[in-house]
Amino acid sequence: MPADTDLKELRVAVTGGTSGLGLALVRLLAARGARVAFVARTARAVERIAHETGAHGIVGDVGRKDDIYPIALQITGNLGGLDVLINNASSLGPTPLALLGDTECEDFEQALAVNLLGPFRLTKALFGALAASARDGRGALVINISSDAAINAYSGWGAYGASKAALRHLTAIWDEEARADGVRLISIDPGDMDTPLHAVAVPDADRSTLKTPEGSAAEILQTMLAELSSHVPRLVGAHP
Amino acid sequence: MIAADRLDRRSAKLLAVEAVGSMRHLPRTHLASLFSPGDLVIANDAATLPASLPGMHGPSGDLIEVRLAAWVSVRNPTRFVAIAFGAGDYHTRTEDRAPPPPMSAGDRLLLGSLVAMVERFLDHPRLFVLHFLSDRRAILSGLARSGRPIQYAHVAGPLALWDIWTTIAADPIAFEPPSAGYALDWRTLAAWRQRGIGFATLTHAAGLSSTGDPVLDQRLPFDEPYRIPERTAAAIRSAQSAGGRIVAVGTTVVRALEAAADTDGGVRAGDGVASGRIGRSTRLRVVDAILTGVHQPGESHFELLRAFAHDAVLDRALAALVKHGYRTHEFGDSMLIARRPESNHTEDHLTSHSRGLRGR
Repeated sequence: MPADTDLKELRVAVTGGTSGLGLALVRLLAARGARVAFVARTARAVERIAHETGAHGIVGDVGRKDDIYPIALQITGNLGGLDVLINNASSLGPTPLALLGDTECEDFEQALAVNLLGPFRLTKALFGALAASARDGRGALVINISSDAAINAYSGWGAYGASKAALRHLTAIWDEEARADGVRLISIDPGDMDTPLHAVAVPDADRSTLKTPEGSAAEILQTMLAELSSHVPRLVGAHP
Repeated sequence: MIAADRLDRRSAKLLAVEAVGSMRHLPRTHLASLFSPGDLVIANDAATLPASLPGMHGPSGDLIEVRLAAWVSVRNPTRFVAIAFGAGDYHTRTEDRAPPPPMSAGDRLLLGSLVAMVERFLDHPRLFVLHFLSDRRAILSGLARSGRPIQYAHVAGPLALWDIWTTIAADPIAFEPPSAGYALDWRTLAAWRQRGIGFATLTHAAGLSSTGDPVLDQRLPFDEPYRIPERTAAAIRSAQSAGGRIVAVGTTVVRALEAAADTDGGVRAGDGVASGRIGRSTRLRVVDAILTGVHQPGESHFELLRAFAHDAVLDRALAALVKHGYRTHEFGDSMLIARRPESNHTEDHLTSHSRGLRGR
């Protein structure tokens, strides 16, 4: 992918956009000229990143049902539609990580609320906009950020792993269902990255073995563009 | 209340009225099996703004409710045509609402986290141009936080955006939901696709439907901007040339398509404004059938149906709706009305009508 790819027609929303992988994605997409909206819980951080990147900052918590439609309204209102939704915001559940037998129900619910229900609700609220983009021949893509903990049974990662496994399966099923509407949904495991979330989960990790969020963001962008370009020509033929 | 309504949505009923006047009662889920290959269904994919803003009239300190009613310039949220009510909310019927305090141009209105100014009045003491004193991002954020869906007294519980966005809602430019679209779900769209029935959209900024003030209501609907995608215009032409019928989901789609009609029966793609009312004397150029909610005679939505069917047919339909307990509000049941043959202007359309609404 050439570095000067023009993304200025692309409308992308990123949840969890003020730290870690989400922040790296917002910075990369904005620098490449895409129209970007991002969501995060802390007003001050949202303001700072919006100022730094020029992206549209939205204060909200994807783990709260009441926040979802206000977020969706601001995404489509600010971007004039939506081509790509990146559900990146994640909760570890209990911190420090805990064995399932030691996990409080509320912490487990929090992981499900942010990692599973949040992406489900936000995707549902924005599905009309994504389908409209597909009808328009622009392609429409949902990227759900997954983890190897969605597949492998790591001790101590129960709440996170179970929620990410459910998200991965939801993504696969929805992709089957939405294909004919021109909307694709994919899971991407960005790998173990040197992020604030990882530092909380594995405080004594050797950071030199971890990927940078910027590196993972660049990989995700490549995948995104490949998905969009492989899909759009099919769309043109599939719709009247 | 709302949860019960939502359950009811799945058990909603559909009265299908053929051009010749025959009627069938169907579960609304049977929409998926209606229409014929080659027909084209067109829906409004506007999402709905939370356009009711509770707040305070700055100079008097009195509580007010402001309802955003129409765009001054579409998609520019800096200015709106707005209507003011006095203290109170949707629990009181709009006809019975207290009037707002006397307002003057230049007055400040404190609407949740937003501050607005009364810019000028539009020939009525309650109707004015409202100017938000913020930028686009702050206005959208303030609407998202402080705005409520416009609602009426017949629904007791407070509505949330998830109650009023249709399943295909995309572009947040409507002030009230294009509620005929509640009949659509992704399962129905998939079924149509498999049966060779086309589906396309336009975006029409449905405005305020009622003010409770007879003088103001006479001015409704306000001019409503719409956008018809090139692909939708092309789909209409190709459906028409193959003898397929054009089915409009909702009165907003009829207004947009007829406003954009070319003399040859096609429509012009692009942005436009639908103004005026459609009624008995309107000759429909594009739309062959309408799927709509159940409305009452006298409402502009019902009067629009007179462009489709003779009064005698509508009278019989109304009697059937009453007899079978169809629910009239926007979360209620649906009716499907085929255009009377007389208003067709080509033999092609007469031919396509003879197939009726029944699926093959």
